[in-house]
Amino acid sequence: MELYTPIFVLGGIGAAFVIVSMIVGAIAGPKRYNRTKLQAYECGIEPTPQPVGGGRFTIKYYLTAMLFIVFDIEVIFLVPWAVHLDALGIFGLVVMILFLVNVSIAYAYEWRRGGLEWN
Amino acid sequence: MIPLSLSETTLPTVTTQAPDLDYWLLSPLLVVFAAGVIGVIVEAFVPAQRRYSIQTALAMVAVGVAFVLTLVQVGALPADSAGLTLAFATVVVDRPSLFFQGVILALALASLLLIAERRDGESAFTGQAAAVPGSEEERAHVLAGSQHTEVYPLVMFAVLGMQLFTAANDFLTMFIALEVMSLPLYLLCGLARRRRLFSQEAALKYFLLGAFSSAFFLFGIAMVYGYAGAVEFAAVRAAGSSGGLIDGGEPLLLIGIAMIGVGMLFKVGTVPFHNWKPDVYQGAPTPITALMASGTLVAAFGAMLRVFYVAFGTTVAQWRPMLWVVAILTMVVAAVIAVTQRDIKRLLAYSSVVHAGFILTAVVAANADGLTGAMFYLAAYGFTTVGAFAIVTLVRNPDNGAEAGDLTQWAGLGRTSPFLAASLGLFLLAFAGIPLTSGFIGKFAVFEAAVAAGATPLVVVGVLSSAVTAFFYVRIIVLMFFAEPAENAPRVLKPGILTGTTVGLGVAATLLLGILPGPVLEHVIPQPAAETSEAVAAEHTAADSLFAR
Repeated sequence: MELYTPIFVLGGIGAAFVIVSMIVGAIAGPKRYNRTKLQAYECGIEPTPQPVGGGRFTIKYYLTAMLFIVFDIEVIFLVPWAVHLDALGIFGLVVMILFLVNVSIAYAYEWRRGGLEWN
Repeated sequence: MIPLSLSETTLPTVTTQAPDLDYWLLSPLLVVFAAGVIGVIVEAFVPAQRRYSIQTALAMVAVGVAFVLTLVQVGALPADSAGLTLAFATVVVDRPSLFFQGVILALALASLLLIAERRDGESAFTGQAAAVPGSEEERAHVLAGSQHTEVYPLVMFAVLGMQLFTAANDFLTMFIALEVMSLPLYLLCGLARRRRLFSQEAALKYFLLGAFSSAFFLFGIAMVYGYAGAVEFAAVRAAGSSGGLIDGGEPLLLIGIAMIGVGMLFKVGTVPFHNWKPDVYQGAPTPITALMASGTLVAAFGAMLRVFYVAFGTTVAQWRPMLWVVAILTMVVAAVIAVTQRDIKRLLAYSSVVHAGFILTAVVAANADGLTGAMFYLAAYGFTTVGAFAIVTLVRNPDNGAEAGDLTQWAGLGRTSPFLAASLGLFLLAFAGIPLTSGFIGKFAVFEAAVAAGATPLVVVGVLSSAVTAFFYVRIIVLMFFAEPAENAPRVLKPGILTGTTVGLGVAATLLLGILPGPVLEHVIPQPAAETSEAVAAEHTAADSLFAR
């Protein structure tokens, strides 16, 4: 049990920090809202038009999310490969190119079948 | 701060060497994978009206080539060795894995024939899966004759997963194979042309429960890794006899076995993990149901046999009681529920659950006879079930062309379509295990193995359960041949060359394996090494004598 004491203590500190800062923020923070602040956060300057009443994101985002996963996975595999490139040699290079080609095929499919067109 | 008491050996060894890949031995897998990838390219760049012919040809040729390559490899396997491991011993090529892969490929080919079947340009799959069922958009796609030829690459990926599932030699590779197999199947379940909501429900159910069971499987792997310090089957096996990495680590192993067991038993669909099966089998497009009921079952049992016989081969006493309970529950509960079914696809689903229970008795046996018995059973059952589902695709409602699932509609089919009813009758007799069909030999083989291993009570339950299942199989036959045709008699489609071939394959395999099982049992199914002198007589029955490690 002693083995886990530091973990529990650390978890307690983390939880306390979250709760305390939320309470302090709600009590002490100034509340001056404007239009931009009330908008949903997106990685763009002009957010996508939302339905009246708002709150929901359009289903079309799932394609963007899937595209993100494709490249996300790709990078995750690229980093350790790049670190060890010297040891893996020409075999590693060929295998990684094969992997990238396969990933790109999924991307090409999405592009050709209209996954990148918003409307 | 925190004392780390793990020994050096538990740290992963960092490899800086390129793996030694034997592309020849991997070729059956690579061919199927390549067909899937090329299929995706075809989807992306070939005009819609030409995709169907290219995709069907590509898929069938690939599966055929992979099948031939598998056969060649069986011949090339040195007679004195159990098999080979490759790619850092993550994949194994031995006789059981090649046998299972060959069976999976043959069943996949039979299912592909059903998948490719089109009537008046209509396949079994929806024109536009993303359209809301019953919406204007869906109607427009139906009128325009849209079709999802993505089905073919998806099937290729699923088949690849099945092949790898039976050949994986460590838990992580096995998990990847499980996901590669399952993910396309989740999707394929939701593509039925008719009764779209049913189909989508099936896909969602299968996906949620499948993801849940994958989590169990993965958590079990973590537990076993904690016990053995490795995920390789050979290492887990060695740890099982030497006592594991840490003192008192036994609970880790037991929890691990149980959780991995849950993951695998879900995939084969045994009670109490069977709930997805009727809904999914009913909702999925029937050709996909045929693929799942045959290929997935073979793959899942292939993997299960390897896990329990090799990785947990030294801890048989620990897992045997668990499988005993599951096998008895499966054979009893599923047989009783099956009696009350009114829909042919649900009935076949419950029948598949019962059969999983019968095959489990062979797994429980944990001897070489159990392995060969299970192999024969799986091959025999696979062909019969593909044939049965092929028949289901032919019997349609007269008004809307959907499949007539309701059993009351099947009354009197023996008079209106004698050949079709006779074929289904043969398949049902094989399911029931009547002599001169493959089902009888299969049941005999697994029960014999179980008796030899001292699991006689299990066999008694199995035989009683067989009697119960025989009741509802025979009831359908009586309904078809001795009842007046129903008011809402279905329209029976004339089997085209594709469906006809599948039915013919099923009939041929069922009869051939039933009347002349000898050649298959002796030559196709691997036999334990012949070095069974008295000293190794005990070893002869060792469950894993056929697996390469």
